[in-house]
Amino acid sequence: MNDAAPALPESLAEIREDFLALPERERLQLLLEFSRELPALPDRYASAPGLLEAVEECQSPVRAFAEVDGDVVRFFATAPQEAPTTRGFASILAQGLSGLTAQQVLDVPDDFPLMIGLTRAVSPLRLNGMAGMLTRAKRQVREQLAA
Amino acid sequence: MPAPTDPTPRLAEYAHPERLVTTQWLADRLAAQDTDGFVVVESDEDVLLYETGHIPGAVKIDWHTDLLQPVERDYLDGAGFADLLASRGISRDTTIILYGDKNNWWAAYTAWVFTLFGHEDVRLLDGGRNLWVAEERELTTEVPAPARGDYPVVERDDTTFRAFKEDVLAHLGRGPLVDIRSPQEYTGERLHIPDYPEEGVLRGGHIPTARSVPWATAVSEDGTYKTRAELEAIYRDGGLGIQLDDSVITYCRIGERSSHTWFALRYLLGIDDVRNYDGSWTEWGNAVRVPIVAGDAPGEVPAGPAQKVAVA
Repeated sequence: MNDAAPALPESLAEIREDFLALPERERLQLLLEFSRELPALPDRYASAPGLLEAVEECQSPVRAFAEVDGDVVRFFATAPQEAPTTRGFASILAQGLSGLTAQQVLDVPDDFPLMIGLTRAVSPLRLNGMAGMLTRAKRQVREQLAA
Repeated sequence: MPAPTDPTPRLAEYAHPERLVTTQWLADRLAAQDTDGFVVVESDEDVLLYETGHIPGAVKIDWHTDLLQPVERDYLDGAGFADLLASRGISRDTTIILYGDKNNWWAAYTAWVFTLFGHEDVRLLDGGRNLWVAEERELTTEVPAPARGDYPVVERDDTTFRAFKEDVLAHLGRGPLVDIRSPQEYTGERLHIPDYPEEGVLRGGHIPTARSVPWATAVSEDGTYKTRAELEAIYRDGGLGIQLDDSVITYCRIGERSSHTWFALRYLLGIDDVRNYDGSWTEWGNAVRVPIVAGDAPGEVPAGPAQKVAVA
């Protein structure tokens, strides 16, 4: 990593390194593994999905929410099984953002989705979906801090 | 050697019955290991769906990462196409059977791109991935490693089945134009498909004179194409009134859903001159000095700048 690269929280840096360590084609397999690891929603969201926000940048119906509890952020998302790419994006953020402080989440670079080596394997248009989730998560964190 | 035609009677009614195969026909071929002459190709909107499980023996071609150029908004060239198909074990005389998610939108789009390169025998699996899965047919995660096909470098034909913006301008008032987006996109009420990404279109509405027939109008509940009689009632007499010798252009948002209708008009109804405008609304809705119409009515052929371009 060169000096100009923005410092990522450890969780996101690890995810980035895992992707970049693989040849391009195999990165899809890793994204697929992430999609399988998307945690189920906790009961309070599963029974009230309206608390989650629709992410319109995604090509599939996905709903997500970044919750601030004390100073710790948890990211929750749900997307249909037949949209594994979207589930993979959500799972990366669920694993990468959950447990960070609110400030750490706000400091995540907006172009993180473009930093994990998926631009060619997945395409920039599709990565817009993850960028949309990240932007919305940061806004939700900001709103809760202000409340 | 092309694969035999699916003899299912429902298909025989279509103008080109050899362009569709049923899930049953394909399942029977696979079960009998009678797969000589054809290659099954999955083309999806979701780039990972194939990896979660696909029809045994199927290879994957992705519209974003395989068919489109990374920089210029255009398709790959003759050499790139030859290399892509050869790498999937496809030769020039191979029968290609395409299927995919979202009711075969991307499969039809891929079929259309293959047709631009003049690949002779391109078929769709009627009902696509959804129907195959709904019927609980076999899926596998095993990725085949086919022997390389023998594919010549063929230049793409961008005139017969493809329309550019200038072609559409010149076409206004000269033939049917079919807008296959949702009714709300047609009227200009919304700029994108419900639940779909905003793709940065500046204005809502449709191309003047275009008639609205959303793509889903062409399919039955199980995602298979409607019968020929039903399709005739929608697009020909009693419906849009398209004649067999009309020149027709289809469009949507980026050309994928309109490929699905292009396929129906060209092969199921047998209209010879059908072009797909792949620039579609993401180009037209942003282009400078092209006319648009908002609201329910198709609108008139415009006078003015567009007309000048049309006769130039």
